[in-house]
Amino acid sequence: MATVEEVQKLAALARISLAEADLPAFTREFDAIIAYVGQLEKLDLPADLTGETSPLRNVMRDDGTPHAAGFFTEKVAEQFPAREGDALVVKQIISHD
Amino acid sequence: MTKPNELTLVDAARALRAKTLSVRELWDACAEAAQAKNPELHAYLEIFPADVAAIDAAQKRIDTEGEAAPMLCGIPLAVKDNILIEGNIASAASKMLENHRAPYDATVIQKLRKAGALFLGRTNMDEFALGGSTENSAFGVTKNPHDPSRVSGGTSGGSAAAVAAHMAIAALGTDTGGSVRNPASYCGVVGLKPTYGGVSRSGVIAAASSFDQVGPITKTVADARILLEAIAGKDEKDSTTIPAGLYATTPKEVRTIGVPTHLFADALDPDVLERFTTTVKSLGYEVKEIELPSATPALAAYYIINFAEVSTNLARFDGIRYGHAARGATPLDDYLLSRTEGFGKETKRRILLGTYVLSSGYIDAYYRKANAARAALRRDFEKAFATVDLIATPTMPTPAFVVGAKSDPLSLYLEDVFTVLANLTGMPALSVPMGTLSREGKALPVGIHFTAPHQAEDRLFTIGAVGEKIHSV
Repeated sequence: MATVEEVQKLAALARISLAEADLPAFTREFDAIIAYVGQLEKLDLPADLTGETSPLRNVMRDDGTPHAAGFFTEKVAEQFPAREGDALVVKQIISHD
Repeated sequence: MTKPNELTLVDAARALRAKTLSVRELWDACAEAAQAKNPELHAYLEIFPADVAAIDAAQKRIDTEGEAAPMLCGIPLAVKDNILIEGNIASAASKMLENHRAPYDATVIQKLRKAGALFLGRTNMDEFALGGSTENSAFGVTKNPHDPSRVSGGTSGGSAAAVAAHMAIAALGTDTGGSVRNPASYCGVVGLKPTYGGVSRSGVIAAASSFDQVGPITKTVADARILLEAIAGKDEKDSTTIPAGLYATTPKEVRTIGVPTHLFADALDPDVLERFTTTVKSLGYEVKEIELPSATPALAAYYIINFAEVSTNLARFDGIRYGHAARGATPLDDYLLSRTEGFGKETKRRILLGTYVLSSGYIDAYYRKANAARAALRRDFEKAFATVDLIATPTMPTPAFVVGAKSDPLSLYLEDVFTVLANLTGMPALSVPMGTLSREGKALPVGIHFTAPHQAEDRLFTIGAVGEKIHSV
């Protein structure tokens, strides 16, 4: 059973806050979903499938010709919430005091 | 006489070539129907103004190239709001990206442009393609054209409703766990999820990357084939795309259809089962009972992997570089506020569930186990395809439900029991209408669902063409 505190902790990890009023219902639904997907725990699978088995492979390619420098700069910079020229403005992270 | 917007893609292309219809007339008919019906159905989040240069260029091309012009030349299409069209908003129906303007075209859009296709607008969807009814859109639900009190399905509900209501000739959707096929079934149109890797996802906003595929939503199976052929192919901008012929599929005639009847107990409305059974029989192929023992736990595995990948993909939305950017006292507050205000309820739920199943204490029990269950399911399908050429189920267990009727998230997840199998295995799958069933005096469409081995889309087009004739009026 997930508790309200556990759900709050997950939210903090995921950088989301949940309103106090919504927490009990949210926790209840969360619990029901975890209980449902938890049926997998009891599932017996062939031993050769329990490791990293998916038929995946890395796809490599040589460095190709890149697009011209600055080709997307203005379009990307237009999306910045705050900008100075082509620079993205953010809050100061390391304070000096 | 059929109105231009009511034509199939094939018939519209023929009319354009025969000069009985101009590109501008076709555009205007579609745009007018879209404007007229959108206030009730809310299929489009935005209807674009006519691109006169593109319309003229398409007309000129048909005039000069005639039969050699691509079939899609001059055809107005609707595009799901998670596919980037340069210069237009691409919001994935989220407040997080409400003002996000696409800096480039998705590869599928580039290919369609090259073929001369036109873009009518961007269609509504569940936020970030999370849901199954388009009720999770931040901008309001899309209604079903067959009964506006009901959902259109999802997550590509806007695209399916637009095609069903003749507000576009055809549309693009994306399919993560059934998001093309589910609304196609509910709205009575054709929906195809291609083989994983068949179509580029460059410029498509990611939901769950090991499942996502772009797919056509059309009025007929022949139309779906044309649209797929236009967008398919290896793309250097998406390293998950695959070359033609990667999987050894021997081109062969469809002879046998496998039906996993053991999955149907309890899962289906009785009249859906009855309609499915009679439809499969009328196809005229040998029908074989098959077993897919791993299919039942597969839905749980699907959701675990979905949560894990969604929470990972959506970590990029931090309110710093683009998208919704709320500002608080500290940098941490900037993240918290932006994500809390920008994401809707279901999106938050899946991010938290993903955070949970990937946490160090649970990753073995959930995520790794789910991947093993996925491998077991793929093995089941490969085994079944040794004896049958196609596998058939209903697309959805029920016809479209009333808006708000499935407010409990788990009950909505359970609707995906048949469609998720193709995303877990990466195999292609097609939903074709199998007539309508009556609910509260309304005739509601239901779909039949076919799965083929990897890259054997040809078999789906063969059976689909047979299937769509059975119930056509």
